[in-house]
Amino acid sequence: MTKQITRQQLSAALVERHGQERQQHLYTASVGIAGLGGLGSNIAVQLTRLGIGYLILADCDRVEISNLNRQSYRLCDIGRPKPEALTEQLLQINPYLCYEPHFLKLTPQNIPEIFAGCNIICEAFDDPEQKAMLTETVLQRLPQAKLIVCSGMAGAGSANAITTSRRLNRFYLCGDGTADIAADGSLLAPRVSVCAAHAATMVMRLALGFTTP
Amino acid sequence: MQINGQPISTAAGSTLSQLLAQQGFDVARVAVELNGKIICRSDFSKVQLADSDTIEVVQFVGGG
Repeated sequence: MTKQITRQQLSAALVERHGQERQQHLYTASVGIAGLGGLGSNIAVQLTRLGIGYLILADCDRVEISNLNRQSYRLCDIGRPKPEALTEQLLQINPYLCYEPHFLKLTPQNIPEIFAGCNIICEAFDDPEQKAMLTETVLQRLPQAKLIVCSGMAGAGSANAITTSRRLNRFYLCGDGTADIAADGSLLAPRVSVCAAHAATMVMRLALGFTTP
Repeated sequence: MQINGQPISTAAGSTLSQLLAQQGFDVARVAVELNGKIICRSDFSKVQLADSDTIEVVQFVGGG
């Protein structure tokens, strides 16, 4: 068993890597993640490593064996609610940040309430109709929030086709825009992770005050 | 009228629903901004378009 690392030690390590001013911006960001599958679980791990101060994590699913090919869960998590299993993992990376897990289905009715305090929201669902629902709800009802949506990361195409673009007001799109699970048939860890890293990079940039993709 | 930066012509008085269908979009999977303002799906059939309109449409694909 390693000795308990204190808040001060962990914070000093982050500041050493990221710089004092940047770390302060990252600590004060509040980010919502809608969906904790291949995109959301990997985005959450990266944001935790950055030291994002407040993470709201929402999903209505439990971990299944078919998730382990690309999602940040372990065999021992099978059957557990994803928000609970992921929060436990994030606490092991940094126990001094705030995590707010929600095991529920996001709807147009509850999204404004659950993500009310977020300045940045990541859409990380797999269903395109859910992606459209969340986009419409956030852009209509949460005027303070910037939204990052992922679309197009299925199949074994080049990682270089995945980009981040700014398509609407307060709206960034990560993905290749076209590779649909319905057509490509599979989701593979490296390509889904590249898309998740694009989304996490955009969160980082927004938290640091950059608004371009 | 412009849609995603491309000039198009459509019949005067067309609704947003008609335009999206004509352009081959799946309305259940899109987000639409009309002149910089997000439009609710439930309003697509009520919004009448004008020649001066600028429309941005993002269509999502599945996977995550």
